[in-house]
Amino acid sequence: MVDRILFWTRKGLVEMRAGDHGFDYAQTHFLGEPVSAAAVGPDGTWWCALALGHFGSKLHRSTDLGANWQEVAVPVFPEKPDDPDDKNPWALEQIWCLEPDPQIPGRLWAGTIPGGLFRSDDGGDSWSLNQALWNVPARKNWFGGGFDNPGLHSIAIHPEDSDSLTVAISSGGVWKSEDAGNHWRQVGKGLRAEYMPEDMQFDLVNQDVHRLMAAPSNPDWVWVQHHNGVFVSSDGAETFRECTPDPSAFGFAVAVHPKRPETAWFVPGVKDQYRFPVDQALLVTRSEDGGKTFQAQRQGLPQGGSFDLVYRHGLAVDRTGNTLAFGTTTGNAWCSRDGGTSWQLLSHTLPPVYGVSLINA
Amino acid sequence: MIKVSFTENLQRHIRCDALDVAPGTLDAVLAQVFERYPPLAGYLLDDQGELRKHVMLAIDQQLVQGAMPHQQVLAAGSRLHIMQALSGG
Repeated sequence: MVDRILFWTRKGLVEMRAGDHGFDYAQTHFLGEPVSAAAVGPDGTWWCALALGHFGSKLHRSTDLGANWQEVAVPVFPEKPDDPDDKNPWALEQIWCLEPDPQIPGRLWAGTIPGGLFRSDDGGDSWSLNQALWNVPARKNWFGGGFDNPGLHSIAIHPEDSDSLTVAISSGGVWKSEDAGNHWRQVGKGLRAEYMPEDMQFDLVNQDVHRLMAAPSNPDWVWVQHHNGVFVSSDGAETFRECTPDPSAFGFAVAVHPKRPETAWFVPGVKDQYRFPVDQALLVTRSEDGGKTFQAQRQGLPQGGSFDLVYRHGLAVDRTGNTLAFGTTTGNAWCSRDGGTSWQLLSHTLPPVYGVSLINA
Repeated sequence: MIKVSFTENLQRHIRCDALDVAPGTLDAVLAQVFERYPPLAGYLLDDQGELRKHVMLAIDQQLVQGAMPHQQVLAAGSRLHIMQALSGG
């Protein structure tokens, strides 16, 4: 059962707690500071990454449910060699995702802008850049999607094999390693970049994956919300099939059912140049058959005048598959207790929401 | 001595009281400051050791943003104030 929800917002890490009638506002950690990522480890450790406007990215850790925080190290890029072909800065702009290993205590992966993958084996006290991925020749062809520089926003760790990793870059496609990151190869056949010239639409490296999630119960099932579509794989991200959800395939976030790999949720919007709900009516789409069909869920969500957009980390599902929550760019948040069929407003006064984490009691 | 002071905005995040350090090049002065407050370096400098885009230094009445004059000598009696730029953030 979810007893806390953490919203990563532009003005702090907002904590809500389960009460008699739903979730109530409890407190804001790092009030006033932009939170770019947060995570909760299998042992209950919390991490919160800040993107301070003037002073760079910072990372804090709590082992007592946010009562006390300790600043720990951030990923640092090595000295940049002289290479005119490398347009990317070698300096951390922000931590974009944090993924604790489910099996190895203390191991934490971080995805950054620019598109680096870092690993810590001591809970964030120290970090090392994954040189193998950073040095793939294709990295020089990655480009920014939404930000000026490419960013690594999704890290899927196989729940039973910590050496098996799948990551996604916006924009740089999907990459896979079977040896804990020592070697990488690009995967994602079938992903289609509508925004590219016709003869480049299926190039693996040009794919602007907005978010990638592997199904916890069967990680061969991988769902992708891409810049221009929804895609699903049943062979561990090697190949993808394009889905056609109504009323739109554009969006950022995806959540995958913890026990049923064929079930996933999305929050679509009008495609890229507008970015608000179709007809300004907010909805969540849910597929329960591996992407063959999608049902639009609207109950409890505003069906007029909505500008709500959900960013890539802004939708989450709990361990049961029944409780979901999402937060939007306009500072609204909703929760569902019935697998996304109906929704209850949690707040309409939040700062813009970047992400959400659900914490089980 | 060089008088080094910090914007209040920085002190929201990290402890750094004003201090006096020995004269020397800007690099040498900053090295003394970072020796006293080790975590401060990450707040002022990026991964490549350059001044963060939105951090500014005032060496006496000379404002420094972007490229740092690493070897500029700060003589006894000079002031170094570390502040945020008004851009960004």
